[in-house]
Amino acid sequence: MVEFNEMTIAFIIFSVFALGGGIGVVANHNLFRGTIWLMVSLFGVAGLFVLLSAPFLAAVQVLVYIGAIAILFTFAAMLTRSMTSLHDRFNRLGFTVIGSAVLFGILIIGIIWPVWGAGDVFAEPLSDVALTTTDLGIALLSGEGYVLPFELASVLLTVAMIGAIVIARDDDEEEEQR
Amino acid sequence: MIPLWMYLVVAAGLFSIGVFGVLSRRNAVAILMSVELMLNAVNINLVAFWRYTSSAQSMNGQAFAAFVLVVAAAEAAVGLAIIIAVYRNRRSVIPEEADTLKG
Repeated sequence: MVEFNEMTIAFIIFSVFALGGGIGVVANHNLFRGTIWLMVSLFGVAGLFVLLSAPFLAAVQVLVYIGAIAILFTFAAMLTRSMTSLHDRFNRLGFTVIGSAVLFGILIIGIIWPVWGAGDVFAEPLSDVALTTTDLGIALLSGEGYVLPFELASVLLTVAMIGAIVIARDDDEEEEQR
Repeated sequence: MIPLWMYLVVAAGLFSIGVFGVLSRRNAVAILMSVELMLNAVNINLVAFWRYTSSAQSMNGQAFAAFVLVVAAAEAAVGLAIIIAVYRNRRSVIPEEADTLKG
């Protein structure tokens, strides 16, 4: 059975952050408040990463997700403020609630039930000493590791940045200058 | 220690919330935020399975989670740029109203 110590308490707190923030994102009238709830949810996920002894991912989660992506969503929510979205918030609400609940049930029965039934096998991590950020850096940049996907990811980020600038640029301004 | 299935329950819940948001919300920005929730749930699963099953010398789970994070950042940037471009042309962020290509 699950023992009740400070780690369990921290897990419960961060899980409540993650799930409550998620519900706040999908259920909120105000899109701006939705982005704040998104930050709460992402912070909870970062805390779960810390509990899973992945501190680098937790720091990146806070820096990239909360610091950059959530701010980007805030900008988009403010730039595209439209009155029509405030009233009709949901689309076929009952149908989608049932669909999501069925998906959750399938995930519980299909994946989590076998893991739970395995008992002690997955009760604790295999090794007490978790690898550090140094090992992650070596794995990402060594020849046997992930150096090719790493470089591809940097190219992808460059492409996405240039593409976002080109797509979001206002064409009218350009023509006025001519 | 917290057993693995508790992390999986949280990730499954977050994923289901994200699926619900993608299917039901009528605002394109909210749909993208729900997609981010789903990607986060996937990341929890990757790191949890890495922590509980991998051998001591492997960093595969964290490396995959880092790549998912990179792709999520790129997806958010391009997606929001497209939403802003559509909004500028049609004064609307409701995906159903962007139906120029509809036959």
